[in-house]
Amino acid sequence: MLKIHCPYCDEQREEEEFSYSGEAHISRPLDPGALSDADWADYLFFRKNTRGWHHEMWQHSAGCRRYFNVTRHTVTYEIFESYPMGTTPKALPKGDAR
Amino acid sequence: MGRYSVFSLMKNALSYHENWQAAWHSPKPKKHYDVIIIGGGGHGLATAYYLAKEHGITNVAVVEKGYLGGGNTARNTTIIRSNYLWDEASQLYELSMKLWEGLSQELNFNVMFSQRGVLNLGHSLQDMRDIARRVNANRLNGIDGEVLGVAEIQKIVPLLNCSPTSRYPVLGASWQPRGGTARHDAVAWGYARAAAAMGVDLIQQCEVSGIRTSAGKVVGVETSQGFIGAPKVGCVVAGNSGVVAAMAGMRLPIESRPLQAMVSEPLKPCLDTVVMSNAVHGYISQSDKGDLVIGAGVDQYNGYGQRGSFHVIEHTMQAICELFPAFSRVRMNRQWGGIVDTCPDACPIVSKTSVQGLFFNCGWGTGGFKATPGSGYVFADTVAHDRPHPLAEAFTIDRFTSGALIDEHGAAGVAH
Repeated sequence: MLKIHCPYCDEQREEEEFSYSGEAHISRPLDPGALSDADWADYLFFRKNTRGWHHEMWQHSAGCRRYFNVTRHTVTYEIFESYPMGTTPKALPKGDAR
Repeated sequence: MGRYSVFSLMKNALSYHENWQAAWHSPKPKKHYDVIIIGGGGHGLATAYYLAKEHGITNVAVVEKGYLGGGNTARNTTIIRSNYLWDEASQLYELSMKLWEGLSQELNFNVMFSQRGVLNLGHSLQDMRDIARRVNANRLNGIDGEVLGVAEIQKIVPLLNCSPTSRYPVLGASWQPRGGTARHDAVAWGYARAAAAMGVDLIQQCEVSGIRTSAGKVVGVETSQGFIGAPKVGCVVAGNSGVVAAMAGMRLPIESRPLQAMVSEPLKPCLDTVVMSNAVHGYISQSDKGDLVIGAGVDQYNGYGQRGSFHVIEHTMQAICELFPAFSRVRMNRQWGGIVDTCPDACPIVSKTSVQGLFFNCGWGTGGFKATPGSGYVFADTVAHDRPHPLAEAFTIDRFTSGALIDEHGAAGVAH
């Protein structure tokens, strides 16, 4: 069970209140009509699927219902930080999980 | 390689079973092979076996970072069925089913394939419509299937709670009598033994750390036991597909997630079929040893940790206790997680890649075990001939660009 901090509610809550929404910092193409099929596929489906520190989106679906980003390690499941949409994450911890 | 038979059993009994020959050897890697298969799980070993048997390519190495069959092959709930909705998927899984039916004889190794039937329960009118549609599609594809009512289900599974007053009453089910279970380890061991007998090198404790390419072509793999050269490399690394793809500078349309399962203490025989429910979300069968083997949905987040969150286990047990109130006091013995590589359309990728000589067989998601023989068969053909096997044409990586996805979320049986 992950304990996730919602940066809007400023509360540390259990994972069941949240919905996972996949890799963060993928911005929607500004001019979708101009994209090639390969670029569109890349935007829609292809993911880094990182083994290690991963920036990912969560929604506080049983709370404020807002999206935010979390930096989490995908092997240890340790959470480094949560930060609001539109902000930049801190530099990652050196090496692997602490 | 000596054959296993009642005579070899008797002969070895005379020497107190101390002189059985090793099922396979652990050679040092050669400098160069015709084909390297990365990943010594069921799918990888099956690929090596069919490369040798169907295509005469025996200069093959299977490179495994741990031990054979120690990944998802050892972590699944061993359910086998082929009742998928769409033509492309159902034909691939049905090829697998047909191979399962002769596998113990073919490999001379008892994989304990037991066609005890698989029930997929429906709990709502929409469930029943979907079930009727899927069963009709299966029958058009020559796959056995029936829609059962409550009375027929109760006859097959007397312990199942079919009360009309339960929270999510059972309204009916699809029934595939040819479905069932097999012994997971035996599948890996059977393929490993048969492949090794034809000259395939099974190299364990050998982790791949890089894929060496030259001018857009594969030339070999860097491993913890040094560089091994080969003009063709097949990656069959469920749970780490993204990691190996990154070694070749590629990304895949795959996300890796934990899928948990558990077994109970051993009980007397009480459940002689497989029961699955998408709606309350759990699936259960009883192993020959007597344990109840139970699984459910994937955890929602990406993870490589081979464990998930406790509330997922809790939901699974709620579903099982709802379906089988008699099991509410059964104690669970062990619980674990495997890492499933899920594709957006719940179908696998069996494909060439942009790098010449590099092939991927991945993305089987939550249902790869049932596909082990068929997956190996079509992937071996794809690698040997450098073009997709006819049954794998729909499963190339290009479908994510063309948009020809094969939506099997309904039949995949596990929500993700």
